[in-house]
Amino acid sequence: MKVIKEKHSLLMRWTHWVNFPVLAVMIWSGLFIYWANDAYGISIFGFSLIKFFPEWFYNYFHISARLAEGMAFHFLFMWFFFINGLLYILYTIFSGAWRELLPNKHSFKEAWLVLLHDLHIRKTIPPQKKYNAAQRIAYTAIILMGIGSVVTGLAIYKPVQFYWLCWLCGGYHFARILHFALTIGYVFFFLIHIVQVVLAGWNNFRAVVAGFEVTEEQPQLKHEAVIIEKTEDQDESKS
Amino acid sequence: MKANHNKKVKVPLTVEQKIKRRTFISFGAFAALGTGAVTGWNWLLKAPEETPGITGGTRVPLRRALNKTELFFRNFFSNKHLVKTYPIADAAKTPRVNSLIGIEDDENFDILNWKLTIKLRNQKDQYINIEALKALPKTEIVYDFKCVEGWDEIQHWAGVKLSDFLAHFKLEEEAKKQYMGLETPNGAYYVGLERESILHPQTLLAYEMNGKPISIDHGAPLRLIVPVKYGIKNLKRIGIMSFSDSRPKDYWAEQGYDYYSGL
Repeated sequence: MKVIKEKHSLLMRWTHWVNFPVLAVMIWSGLFIYWANDAYGISIFGFSLIKFFPEWFYNYFHISARLAEGMAFHFLFMWFFFINGLLYILYTIFSGAWRELLPNKHSFKEAWLVLLHDLHIRKTIPPQKKYNAAQRIAYTAIILMGIGSVVTGLAIYKPVQFYWLCWLCGGYHFARILHFALTIGYVFFFLIHIVQVVLAGWNNFRAVVAGFEVTEEQPQLKHEAVIIEKTEDQDESKS
Repeated sequence: MKANHNKKVKVPLTVEQKIKRRTFISFGAFAALGTGAVTGWNWLLKAPEETPGITGGTRVPLRRALNKTELFFRNFFSNKHLVKTYPIADAAKTPRVNSLIGIEDDENFDILNWKLTIKLRNQKDQYINIEALKALPKTEIVYDFKCVEGWDEIQHWAGVKLSDFLAHFKLEEEAKKQYMGLETPNGAYYVGLERESILHPQTLLAYEMNGKPISIDHGAPLRLIVPVKYGIKNLKRIGIMSFSDSRPKDYWAEQGYDYYSGL
């Protein structure tokens, strides 16, 4: 029989859905800032492998100078990104929800089994609570990445006043590269996240909006008190 | 009717009904909030541009946010926070030239007749020539010059510390005003700086680059080096200096950039 099971708290859902458009605006405005001086690429032994945004990209999309606009948006929405993230972290700490989120000593081994399962190499999946081992690692990592973006962002925003942050991030150059790399990380996270959400299906998606999921439970698996409560129903169905 | 109504209320919902009801309410709220967010975003995108004045070129709410954010971050400003300095060997041999506004558009400029003009309220203008500036104690700095566009470069500058200059020419009373304005001789490029940045110990009126007099393209004979600001505030070829309690006009703040642009 169907049972309603509470899954995500209101605050978790709120911060999740606020973060989505805010992060999108941060990436969009961040690109305007980056495009003012498009310097990054990946090269190995002097051989250029990837140049982020090659010349044809600018010509094709007619990217005009929108640095000032990008900065204005970035320095407004950074507040929402920071406050929203802080709210989630404080909630997670004080509600005890961190117990279900942080990876434990088994998580790294189990995450491998989850990966094999998701790739249809392995049939069974290790028993899990709210989040499986791979989710624990991914969702903890994304929070750490968020903190990283705020810290590296501050380091390149006010490198003189927060010189110690800039030093901590390995200097102005490295902090900027980290800030950029984290953004690429969000994009990859987003792609995998969307695929996983689609594969997980409606029940899982609804939980992030409505807060509950519906599970099929065998009466004998239920708590004793509940079984007693439900005895009448069973009798009725028998008759 | 009445009894029937009461009965209807009392019947406990089945699990299916509960699921439907909660899903409906949640997704309804989700859609309402989502619509609100989209409406808010459209409002911001279509917000009117500020009336051009001391600042310009950006949407009114965004300008307000920039100004509020400036006030917040100015709390962290201290003249004890120094810009990191480097050995002279690290400095770029041919520093980058990014902009020539106020220089290439001034054909009448004669470097030999150059004098720094100080505009003083209720007094005659004061003129200072380059020799008088060079007679003051020289301060050198090798630091990472940062452009608002994102590039940076280690550069070597020397000149007179702005705070020394103000003290020597008895301009300290004037400099108690909240802002200093600087302009090129032809008035094509201009910046405004708040008092804290002017008095920062690393802020220079520079006349040397890499140990030689500054080249024309880098702002000869005298330019501002203010390491606590982005490059856009480091005015080349200073012509006129003035003091005021309100923001002086600023070239890039008129183009949508943050007036403060502090680092």
